Amino acid sequence: MNNGKEYAVQMHGITKQFGSFTALNQMNLDVKKGSIHSILGENGAGKSTLMNVLYGLYQPEEGEIFINGEEVRMKSPTVALEHGIGMVHQHFKLVGCFSVTQNIVLGLEPVGKMGVLDMKEARKRVVDITRKYGLDVDPDALVDNISVGMQQRVEILKALYREAEILILDEPTAVLTPQEIDELIHIMHKLADSGKTIIVITHKLKEIKKSAEYCTIIRKGNYVKTVDVSKVTEEELAADMVGHAVKLKVDKEKAVPGDVVFEIDHLTVKNEKGLDAVKDLSLKVRSHEIVGIAGIDGNGQKELVEAIAGLVKAQGGRIMIEGQEVQNTSPKNVIDHKISIIHEDRHKKGLVLSFDVSENAVLETYNSKRFSKRGFLNRTAISEFTKELIRDYDVRPSDCEHSKAVGLSGGNQQKIIIGREIANDPSLLIAVQPTRGLDVGAIEYVHKMLVRERDKGKAILLISLELDEVMSVADTISVIYDGSIVKSFSQGEVDEQTLGLYMAGGSENGTIS
Amino acid sequence: MERLAKICKKQITVTILAILCGFLVAAVILACTGYSPADAFAILGEGIFSKPKYIVNVIVKATPIILTGLSVVFAFKVGLFNIGAEGEYIVGTIVAVIIGITCDFPPVIEFLLILAGGMLAGALYGAIIGFLKAKFGIHEVITGIMLNWIAFYAANFVVTLDRFHQPDSSSTYEINESGMDLIYRFKMSESGREAVKNSPLLLETVGKTDLNIGILIAVAAAILIWVILRKTTKGFALRTVGFNKEAAECAGISVQKNVIHAMMISGALAGLSGALMITGVSHKIMTLAATENYGFNGLSVAMLAGNSPIGAIFAGLLFAGLFYGGGSIQSTIGAPSEIINIMVGTIVFFVAIAGLFPMIVEKLGKKVAKRG
Repeated sequence: MNNGKEYAVQMHGITKQFGSFTALNQMNLDVKKGSIHSILGENGAGKSTLMNVLYGLYQPEEGEIFINGEEVRMKSPTVALEHGIGMVHQHFKLVGCFSVTQNIVLGLEPVGKMGVLDMKEARKRVVDITRKYGLDVDPDALVDNISVGMQQRVEILKALYREAEILILDEPTAVLTPQEIDELIHIMHKLADSGKTIIVITHKLKEIKKSAEYCTIIRKGNYVKTVDVSKVTEEELAADMVGHAVKLKVDKEKAVPGDVVFEIDHLTVKNEKGLDAVKDLSLKVRSHEIVGIAGIDGNGQKELVEAIAGLVKAQGGRIMIEGQEVQNTSPKNVIDHKISIIHEDRHKKGLVLSFDVSENAVLETYNSKRFSKRGFLNRTAISEFTKELIRDYDVRPSDCEHSKAVGLSGGNQQKIIIGREIANDPSLLIAVQPTRGLDVGAIEYVHKMLVRERDKGKAILLISLELDEVMSVADTISVIYDGSIVKSFSQGEVDEQTLGLYMAGGSENGTIS
Repeated sequence: MERLAKICKKQITVTILAILCGFLVAAVILACTGYSPADAFAILGEGIFSKPKYIVNVIVKATPIILTGLSVVFAFKVGLFNIGAEGEYIVGTIVAVIIGITCDFPPVIEFLLILAGGMLAGALYGAIIGFLKAKFGIHEVITGIMLNWIAFYAANFVVTLDRFHQPDSSSTYEINESGMDLIYRFKMSESGREAVKNSPLLLETVGKTDLNIGILIAVAAAILIWVILRKTTKGFALRTVGFNKEAAECAGISVQKNVIHAMMISGALAGLSGALMITGVSHKIMTLAATENYGFNGLSVAMLAGNSPIGAIFAGLLFAGLFYGGGSIQSTIGAPSEIINIMVGTIVFFVAIAGLFPMIVEKLGKKVAKRG
């Protein structure tokens, strides 16, 4: 244990418990000054917990933290800030109706005489910082009016304004387009060159390879190892992360699509603000086919799904399943027409967390003939079905029939939903962000299930913000931008960069409209 | 310590701790104001248990708040806070009185008709709240409170109507005897009077009290509600809506419909409570200066019951016991009977902050572990 000056951050023997659950067990982390250091781990491995300990949000039960070789007790984020640590959270903490400058100086505003706010000085300081680090952003724009990538820059600038020397970025690429990700990586390098230390939390291997020099891998709260990124492959990183070898590719045969099962015809849907979120959108899904919709969050995906599900009204257009129109009916009618949806938000839309697994298994079918008799629930039939589902989809623990859904891991919760939806024997299965928040093993499983259902002849619509997912799972890739499908490709005929351009509203010759 | 923390999370522990805290706070206040807590509690106990008559009176007092408690419990299972139970209770009494005075069918039919009328009135009253919530998103607490006042003044208005108003009084006529409770009609009958006179026990428990069959109906209602919630498909849909509206909607369960249904059933229970008050105890309604709080006490019952239908029976009995027995504290040692209200308030308060108990235990546990 060398508490050298060359390390910006050293965390030794950190143990953090939540009740009886050990989130971090004797964790170590040594981050060299001026380096980009990534922390890799699956969801729930303890990455964020470790960073929250470093940032003073959590107090560890055991362990020591050294900043620039000096031991520091991180009692609160204020202490962390005093020691030059800044954090950019996954979910931005910005005030939408404030300008960029106002957001950056918020809480540390320059004041003139008599405590009057000096916005001129504030703007000058902000401009100085943007110039110094080459982070172009309009200081007068309203945060609501700038892109997500720009908002992230504002977050970074906020940390730099507070003279952070050590920047923690929590899953910084989750909301960015491929182009924006490249820009971010460029910024990270620039910051590192100017002497800042950057810690990136992520589970995306590709980006680690592109950006980081060192990578500390953690698994289930335990330190695995720290590697020199240039000397390992993505596969090796993945294997260390999950503890066994993994396949990063999805195994599947080429699609042999059949007849059109599901068709959307010139659909228009308004969002909550009354603006057209889905505009004149048309789409076809055939049997034996997975259609993937790629796009950046907020381009109408949410409204599209809600309109199909019958949760919101469509302003115009038709939604047809097996030739029958279902737009502007009820969710029940849509389900009865054999459209099953794996909703994006498991906890809000997919499950009733306070219900046990068996109750969740029959959430849509509780009053079917199979599960009810004269208005009473048929607990025996429900129990049999649930046991079958638990067995067929390998839900763990295997005796969870009467455990509350809230106690299961994300992957197992998703298995219940997938099992339930597939049990409806749908003509069309819609999966919205089906692997969000899942670990690698569970992601593999979900993809396998989608391909299996396709092979059984189902029509499948996959809507995902993860470009990699769409590219590897879908047979047809359609890009959604500003509420319309702007372009469709067959799998394999398009690369990430081209898709990224379409996702950002550009076209193949590279212009962005 | 960990085990202790776990025990603290159990509903029954919370309930017992809350009740103990209620007594503790009451004891402190009594002591501070110069009364002996021990004496006061002894008198409270005597006031509840020392005579069969007292026990019967507690049961009679418990009946309406068990039912309004159930009303609140049921709505709460669907995620609604039915503060309108008071108003639903009142419209139940109004319609019960109107039917009881205007109609005169054979005994059992009249009795059942009054109950049905009270339930229907409460159900429709609740449905207004549910409808406004479902269609326009108006919060049920706002509409509930407003409708409480409308019901309250409507009751006072009905008392003034010539058709119902008993001259030279501040109340309506009594309902026709055919609509009165079976036990009441028994003790008023020739043979009943004879039987009551000859048996000291009957005289004590029936003759001198308002004992009525309401408690049986309340217990049956509690069991029925439990069955509906746990065993039926309707209950499943209602609970789904209660726990997670979005998931319910996505699963094809109509939130709007179930919110309205829940408020109807909830209102029917409160209305039944009102109707049973008319058939079993008061037989009429009076001009009032303030609400009688049967609905509001239902909120306390539901809280203490931890939102369990069966628990509402016991919570109702406990509160009724405190209120009834508390009366004797004032008459015997002169301590103000408001001490009982403080106690009930404290109990509800501690149930509400029950989440703190396991947290405190965990904190203490850590401190102990650190020292050790």
